[in-house]
Amino acid sequence: MSVWQKLYDELRDNNFIVIAVAMDARADAARSWIENAAPSYPALIDRDHRLSELYNMVNVPQAVWIDEAGRIVRPAENAGAFEAFRSLNFETMTVPEGKQQTAAAAKATYVQAVRDWVLSGKDSGHVFDAEQARAHTALPSAEIAQAHCHFRLGQYLLRHDRVDEGQENLVEASRLHPASWNIWRQAAETNDTGLAAGPEFWARVNALGDSYYYPPVDMAGMPK
Amino acid sequence: MTTVLTNLGDFDITAIEGDGLWLTPDDAATATGWSLRPEGLCRGDVCVPVPSDRTTDFVSDGKVNMAAFWHHLGMPAAQTKGGDVWALGEGANSRADSLQSLDAPDFSLPDLDGAMHSLSEHRGKKVLLATWASW
Repeated sequence: MSVWQKLYDELRDNNFIVIAVAMDARADAARSWIENAAPSYPALIDRDHRLSELYNMVNVPQAVWIDEAGRIVRPAENAGAFEAFRSLNFETMTVPEGKQQTAAAAKATYVQAVRDWVLSGKDSGHVFDAEQARAHTALPSAEIAQAHCHFRLGQYLLRHDRVDEGQENLVEASRLHPASWNIWRQAAETNDTGLAAGPEFWARVNALGDSYYYPPVDMAGMPK
Repeated sequence: MTTVLTNLGDFDITAIEGDGLWLTPDDAATATGWSLRPEGLCRGDVCVPVPSDRTTDFVSDGKVNMAAFWHHLGMPAAQTKGGDVWALGEGANSRADSLQSLDAPDFSLPDLDGAMHSLSEHRGKKVLLATWASW
């Protein structure tokens, strides 16, 4: 969030705003992060993962660029988060320096692209025309739509202390939409740091093998 | 009391016990945006006729069975075994059409203090809509 705050401070006089949305079932889980970052842009809580459904998102961080007329000029995509954690060394719990540098370069490339868009508008080389934007939009299947129903029902039941029924619905949601890490990680056991990064998480990561989780971001200069 | 979760919100409604989700037309319209009219169930300019061979599956005794209607439209729904909580979702085709239109879907979500914010409040600005999570 501090990256977005810096960018917002720099560009706020250019008809630009950041809306940061926490995909967190419990606002209290997101509270300390937001209070520490003290953002001056809207920081919202999406307990039912409504944006996942509306924009067909599957993980965080994903971002969408929306122009002054409310049109999508870059659909949901990885917001410059290189998958450096995939190279985590479990003995030292560190990521190799080269991968750290790639991750930093990916984030910087993404932030620079946002800056270029804000300052150059539709003349920015990073803005898609309508045809390109549609081609980069992942569309939901019937299974995904059904998964969001189960997720919504499951979250409601969990909030009302109907734990077993709630979990059943989250499991069903994840079964119907296995590509959604938003659904799975929200439901997963959290470890003692509050991150859904237990053995099952790493099993899912390892199951990816050499393939990317996110489709590579189609953006000039983005490291692969 | 039955709870109906839709794109319009969470609604506690008095429903009739039994199979399906039988609501008064007023409650159905409030919770789902679909209204019962002589030509069928309508939302905006779109009307879907009640299938004439199975009228009583959909409308009976002044009530409308939104579960049957949702199924008829091929839209997703999930419910508890007891049928006391229903989630009625938007169909994949409708979502896909919306995304392909490139008009950014509007939403209204709370900040930490509970104040609601909508995307549409920021029309006229470029918006970077960015997700994150604590987990």
